[in-house]
Amino acid sequence: MNEIANTPASSVPLIEVRNLVKHFGPVVALNGVSMKVHRGEVMCLLGDNGAGKSTLIKTLSGVHKPTSGDFLVDGKPVAFATPRDALDAGIATVYQDLAMVPLTSIARNFFMGREPMRRFGPFKFLDLDFAERVAREEMHKIGIDVRDPGQAVGTLSGGERQCVAIARAVYFGAKVLILDEPTSALGVAQTSMVLKYVNQVRARGLGVIFITHNVRHAYAVGNSFTVLNRGKTLGTYAKSEIGIEELQNLMAGDKELQLLSDELGGMV
Amino acid sequence: MAKSEAVPVAERPLDERLKKQSVLRSFLSRPELGAVAGTVLVFLFFAMTARGTGMFAADGVLNWITVTAQLTIIATGAALLMVGGEFDLSVGSMIGFAGMMIAIPTVYFGWPIAASVVFAFCGALLIGFLNGVVVVRTRLPSFIVTLASLYILRGMTIALSIFFANRTIVSGVKNFAGDSVVVPLFAGKAFPGFFVWLADAGIIGTLPNGQPSVQGIPAVVIWALVIALIGHVVLTRTRFGNWIFGAGGDANAARNVGVPVARVKIILFMITAFCATVYAACQVMEFGSAAADRGLLKEFEAIIAAVIGGCLLTGGYGSVVGAFFGALIFGVVQMGILFTGAPNDWFQVFLGLMLLTAVLFNSYIRRRATGER
Ligand SMILES: Nc1ncnc2c1ncn2[C@@H]1O[C@H](COP(=O)(O)OP(=O)(O)OP(=O)(O)O)[C@@H](O)[C@H]1O
Ligand SMILES: [Mg+2]
Repeated sequence: MNEIANTPASSVPLIEVRNLVKHFGPVVALNGVSMKVHRGEVMCLLGDNGAGKSTLIKTLSGVHKPTSGDFLVDGKPVAFATPRDALDAGIATVYQDLAMVPLTSIARNFFMGREPMRRFGPFKFLDLDFAERVAREEMHKIGIDVRDPGQAVGTLSGGERQCVAIARAVYFGAKVLILDEPTSALGVAQTSMVLKYVNQVRARGLGVIFITHNVRHAYAVGNSFTVLNRGKTLGTYAKSEIGIEELQNLMAGDKELQLLSDELGGMV
Repeated sequence: MAKSEAVPVAERPLDERLKKQSVLRSFLSRPELGAVAGTVLVFLFFAMTARGTGMFAADGVLNWITVTAQLTIIATGAALLMVGGEFDLSVGSMIGFAGMMIAIPTVYFGWPIAASVVFAFCGALLIGFLNGVVVVRTRLPSFIVTLASLYILRGMTIALSIFFANRTIVSGVKNFAGDSVVVPLFAGKAFPGFFVWLADAGIIGTLPNGQPSVQGIPAVVIWALVIALIGHVVLTRTRFGNWIFGAGGDANAARNVGVPVARVKIILFMITAFCATVYAACQVMEFGSAAADRGLLKEFEAIIAAVIGGCLLTGGYGSVVGAFFGALIFGVVQMGILFTGAPNDWFQVFLGLMLLTAVLFNSYIRRRATGER
């Protein structure tokens, strides 16, 4: 780990939201959410189903517009009209199943939406050689050796796909990486591969928002934890302030899980 | 199994055979593989059964090349659209309607034929645009939306023809065409001198009146080559082509990385309409007329050629080169059956079997391409 990794870095957060509210017609999805992400920090967003995690990150990534509240990037207020605006501001989101086009090659996927071009007279064509070379190099850096960057993404495992999606975001200069349940469908080995890579990305100074249901995964990589419940922040805790059990209980909302846990003799 | 495709660096065995397997595998996972193999088989078959029937003499060749070329034009559009994840069932009706858009203004409004042709292209692009907008806005399956267009356009074609000509054919276009450049543009014959020379040299036959049996390469063949070539380059070598794969392969994933999926799909619908209009223009200029039943069932032929060429019905995978070979198989078999004198009904039987084989083969190829996932 290098220096930036462990110090909470600069005082201006990369992303900060204050009292964010989002209504879908009569549905109140977010009812006053506040949180910050700093450079070199993995901020885990925890919460039960329907707590509003996805809604929050979709607001951060320009899919939804907030009903009210402040949204600051690098200390300046922003209002994104499209996901493209968020991307341009350095906020990249990796959705669990929707990050890659399975039948299309790794190289084409890596550059999807930001294709490298080469000029031939008046025409511009895809620079596939460049795409394949960079895709191979970037994958190599993560420790995935692709024999043929022209092979379909579908040939990669779920964990590898998540890693490629993250590598792509980093390559294109993301400052903030939002990962929506990147490990929920993965086995143990694949999960540790993704978590390791998330840690590596953080060490490079990016801010990471990591959404998960799994407190263990969160605790393994997180520096701070924000717990959402029914569209509200229950609080943000540094890793030193909270233990894994407390976090588990907090996430379950009330004492329900605690009770259940006692009932089952500490099995949950 | 698929794990062997990308193992962590340290664990990777340094085995040269893996490399070779990967080359073979990448060949096996090309979308056009099935169509190329099918073409070879079909040619072998007719080389044996149709020998001496004239199928492989110059005029016979011209025959099936023309059928192939016509189909290639619309199959290119269909293939691009299919890779983009949509269908257009209105291609056939669009051919009929575009023919009317050329013939009616020329014959009944006294427009110069060039103006009518431009009008037809603009009208077709507008209809393609509307098809696309309805599909992306309503999120209904394009199958249903363009099925509606199929009936609307066919109905309008017949109605307009009856209204203006009082029958289902608008003829006499050539009388109004004069020596406009659009006639040779869509129905000319290229390199006539070369074919005279070939005939004089005895390489191709001559007609009783002394003319060569083939007078030149029909414009429709050149259109087909140009359209297929551009389609291929666009799909495989341009940014837009990459977006087509993205839009058809996983629209959400593509959208998440900034691909304007809706715009891509709308443009693809406009391209199929454009291709249908080229087809229509070639026919109108060739026959000098537009008929209300032109292009009937062509949408299916275009889709069949694209599927034989390796396009997946579910989108995201396919090739224009494959669609061309699909069209070639179609042309060779359709004409080959005529030449061999077999009852034409067998063509349909063959087509159905071919389609089924192609779909099975494609899903096998897809599983190979994605490592059985
Ligand atoms: N587009 C929408 N229209 C209406 N209601 C919505 C919409 N999106 C989310 N909601 C509602 O907002 C609330 C929060 O949903 P959200 O998807 O953000 O939860 P989540 O924390 O991501 O849950 P999960 O852990 O199940 O993914 C839910 O009650 C949901 O029904
Ligand atoms: Mg969610």
